[in-house]
Amino acid sequence: MKILLVDDSRTMRNIWRKVVGTPGVEVAEAGDGNEGLKVISEQGPFDLILLDWNMPNMDGITMAKKLRETDKNTVIIMVTTEAEKPRIIEAIKSGVNNYVVKPFTPETLKAKIEETMKKAAQPA
Amino acid sequence: MPGVQPLQFDASLVVAFVRSIKNVLSTMVSIEATVGKPYIKEGEKPGHDVSSIVGFSGEVKGNVVVSFGMDTALKVVETFCGMPLDATSDDFADAVGELCNMIAGNAKKDFGLNAGIGIPSVVIGSNHTIARLRDVPCIVIPCTCSAGDFCVEVNIKQIGNN
Repeated sequence: MKILLVDDSRTMRNIWRKVVGTPGVEVAEAGDGNEGLKVISEQGPFDLILLDWNMPNMDGITMAKKLRETDKNTVIIMVTTEAEKPRIIEAIKSGVNNYVVKPFTPETLKAKIEETMKKAAQPA
Repeated sequence: MPGVQPLQFDASLVVAFVRSIKNVLSTMVSIEATVGKPYIKEGEKPGHDVSSIVGFSGEVKGNVVVSFGMDTALKVVETFCGMPLDATSDDFADAVGELCNMIAGNAKKDFGLNAGIGIPSVVIGSNHTIARLRDVPCIVIPCTCSAGDFCVEVNIKQIGNN
């Protein structure tokens, strides 16, 4: 399984890595949307992307929209402080599969990942 | 200025930040914060040694500052990151900024407004001051926790949508 962590905060990427970094999981990181798209173009598609919203250069919403132009399969979970309902709707419309609001516990993030990956694996 | 109305120093604004401070600290750092009586900041008296600033956009203008004493910041960051960090490292500033980002963002959802937040900035050094809006009060929310004292300064106003 390949997972890409996209957040401008290295602290947050490290916290995510502790949650997802189990044996057999290949983890890559990027500091903004531009870097995220570059990593994907270099390393091929990922199974899961954890994506922040507010980042310099390219935000998470823009990255999700650009990725969805060519990739409908990669599961994207937005992990962000943006907690208002209109923001969540905007994210889902941009191609995000699920949404986790910061702050979160590791258990919450892990459960959301498992739930979202399970749902994505079911036939449409 | 037409269309500009200060957010009032009322209970709802303070409650939003108090709830956010406690939620972020307990969830991400496993530290329980105790909040003292909020007050209006007078003059330019600096907060503490380490400050993170997050600006608002959209229907809210201004910023929020989370300010720690150095010892408190080092202890909070160590717990947050799971390892001690040197105060001069990029990762230390990153961690302090991320805490401020979460406190501002978590409080913002209670405003009921279409507002965004920017990328956090971090200032380290004793006796620093941070420029603020002059036409609205700066609310100081003093806090204490097992790591020491810190404060959250809220200096924001609502724009339009009235």
